[in-house]
Amino acid sequence: MTVKVHLWSGLRALTGEQAVVEVEAATIGDMLRELVRLHPALQAPIDAGVSVSVDGRIMASDLTAPVAAENEIYLMQRLRGG
Amino acid sequence: MALDDQKSVFKFVGTRPDRPDGLDKVTGRAKFGADAYAAGMLHGAILRSPHAHARIVKIDASKAEAHPDVKAVVTRADFSDKVEFKPGLAGEFWNVLENVMAGEKALYDGHAVAAVAATSALAARDALKLIEVEYEVLPHVTDVDKAMVADAPVIREGASDYSVPEGLHPNVVRYHESGHGDVEAGFGEADLVIEDSFTTEATHQGYIEPHACLASLGGDGKGELWCTTQGHWIAQKTCAALLGIETAQLRVTASEIGGGFGGKTTVFIEPVALALSRKANRPVKIVMSRSEVFRATGPTSSASMDIKIGMKKDGTITAAEGIFRLQGGAFPGAPGDMTAMCAFAPYDLTNVRQVGYDVMANRPKQAAYRAPGAPMGAFAVESVLDELCNQLGLDPLDVRLKNAAHDGSKASYGPTYDQIGLVKTLEEAKAHPHYSAPLKPGQGRGISCGFWFNHGGETSVSLALSGDGSAQLMVGTPDIGGSRASMALMAAEVLGIPYENIRVTVADTATLGYNDVSHGSRVTYASGLATIKAAKHAVEKLCERAATKWGIPVDAVKWEDGCAVPSGPNAGDFDPLPLADITANMGATGGPISGHFEATPEGAGVSFGTHIVDAEVDPETGKTAITRYTVIQDAGKAIHPAYVEGQYQGGAAQGIGWALNEEYIYGEDGRLQNSIFLDYRIPVASDLPMIDTVIVEVPNPGHPFGVRGVGETGIVPPLAAIANAVSNAAGVRMRDLPMSPPRILAALKSGDG
Repeated sequence: MTVKVHLWSGLRALTGEQAVVEVEAATIGDMLRELVRLHPALQAPIDAGVSVSVDGRIMASDLTAPVAAENEIYLMQRLRGG
Repeated sequence: MALDDQKSVFKFVGTRPDRPDGLDKVTGRAKFGADAYAAGMLHGAILRSPHAHARIVKIDASKAEAHPDVKAVVTRADFSDKVEFKPGLAGEFWNVLENVMAGEKALYDGHAVAAVAATSALAARDALKLIEVEYEVLPHVTDVDKAMVADAPVIREGASDYSVPEGLHPNVVRYHESGHGDVEAGFGEADLVIEDSFTTEATHQGYIEPHACLASLGGDGKGELWCTTQGHWIAQKTCAALLGIETAQLRVTASEIGGGFGGKTTVFIEPVALALSRKANRPVKIVMSRSEVFRATGPTSSASMDIKIGMKKDGTITAAEGIFRLQGGAFPGAPGDMTAMCAFAPYDLTNVRQVGYDVMANRPKQAAYRAPGAPMGAFAVESVLDELCNQLGLDPLDVRLKNAAHDGSKASYGPTYDQIGLVKTLEEAKAHPHYSAPLKPGQGRGISCGFWFNHGGETSVSLALSGDGSAQLMVGTPDIGGSRASMALMAAEVLGIPYENIRVTVADTATLGYNDVSHGSRVTYASGLATIKAAKHAVEKLCERAATKWGIPVDAVKWEDGCAVPSGPNAGDFDPLPLADITANMGATGGPISGHFEATPEGAGVSFGTHIVDAEVDPETGKTAITRYTVIQDAGKAIHPAYVEGQYQGGAAQGIGWALNEEYIYGEDGRLQNSIFLDYRIPVASDLPMIDTVIVEVPNPGHPFGVRGVGETGIVPPLAAIANAVSNAAGVRMRDLPMSPPRILAALKSGDG
């Protein structure tokens, strides 16, 4: 299904100024792969580490978590704690 | 959405039993990093650069190697050459290797360049003097703003990652920008716009126990490491990579830990001790001096920040913008992105933009320090908010309540908030007697909100029942804040046996599956969730044994108050079967009963706090006294309230030090001037008032008992709350931390902070 992925504004230079990218995906792992397929320049930030917010719940690393069309999805920089 | 089985009525959770490590710690029985010994053990010492920036032309260790007490000398050549350099944080193993032992250049005062192992600690230190290092001294820079200008010395070409826009200095290694709305339009709607700039100095985590380890690594690639750490699996993984050995062949045991606060989430001396041990073929112990801790382990970042906020006369924020430049030492990693994402997170904003820079300078590699990056941003943002309130004649708590983020608000970093507790902390603050108490002449009051993300992370827990009905719980997260007590309480809640009947052990890397570091306020959340799941796993097996004994289906048995009982009248008439009655015969009824859980929980739940501070400034000396302090923070659910209060008080105490006195002071030569506690002043008991606490409990939907992490949020508001109190007491806006007496005197004299 088609999901809408919101990008932080620093990434827009890598996506032709698109703030929201639509991809076909059922999981976070699919979603990240599709993002790179559509916008290869996103490989670098994804390799550097990203978290994904799904309806406000921040997924730090789970590639298997489901995503769906009705979810609010934000790509975020990977969180680091102390 | 809340977990279906979220529990809200408790028997053990929420009580305050004695801490399980108390007797060990007051009697000296607890074994810390420096308390390990091994037969034939050598002592290691590390030679450190006296220069802030220098090319290492030559190292001649021949005299040291010839000394009879010296059994090994190592330099960078003794570590793996397979660790790959990559830009930004993608090459973090290389960054750590370069930090623990310099390669071509010494990058800061105190950078390790060589190490020796000798028959005594004294002999090792003496042998360092026999190593001759030829340096070519290079220009250096230690200030974040100066490190970004065009003619600043370049620390390392190629360290910048994909995110850095063209045209910036090579010392800018990462860049973050986020936000939403139209800030320029928002500023146009404001009745008052304030734009101001702020700085904070680097501070050290200040843990009382210095780094210490005992390492043994043989020629067969098998090793043992004992160390004080917040995460022994990350120590295992990093050391294995840096030494070029297989991860599973290195067994790491975490000692009792005397404080970490984020500073023990990486390695410093451990790979060096392993390299020395491999070369000498004997165990090697290294214990850092306090001066080494200051010079060569992670302080937090220093920061330089520009804030612009627009407000209407009624207190509505119309737009907010922040530029945050963080200096993280001679390596990528300063959390400018975290500062930017957290700075405006407490507020429901239509127009917001935040930019973060990660900047290198000739200082030690920054390490995490409780909510890394967030306190600096809060200081700058909440200072401007305070000034807006002062100039518009508005109550600072009312203004924060008016703009507060709530369930369904769009966060400044993008997503929509789920269930959050900020408004409740503000309401509690307003109702607290502290907020309405009269101030004496010369005193000022400040408030601030603070935000932190919290984290889940990879987690493994194992629980084993004993024949007598007691339980052993093995966790993999070093206990830095009372987690053994909270884990035992959560296990007791599920099993229905007394807290005292459960012993919690921090297992070594050979005993349990992978565990992330004790960081990100994740332990009570993630290890707690795993403990609950592991205990439930054991309960399932206990119910199976009861079902077999009674000859009824397992779904006709439920667990209640420590006993298996029939699930209803139709299940049969059986007396409750206590846990100890089942375990007494477990070997003969199917074997040992254990519970396990391995997962990466992903529902940590963000956290907010509000602090109220009263400060009194002596106009003659510039000394500040904190006269009253109240912390109000959302814990989701406080498992052991005394430990939660301790976390709140500890955050406030460390924040008082950061705000008033603590700072890294560098000379013109780039050398650290204050590398001992006599010159680097952390607060002592006599500097602190009683720190009052209010625990707010807005359950986290992502935890079975509603827990939110509490370890980090408590250090986010203090810098700002104290700065606002001091500014209101002194009548001048303080824009630079620490607000040391000379700085306050200068501000009073000039009439402007």
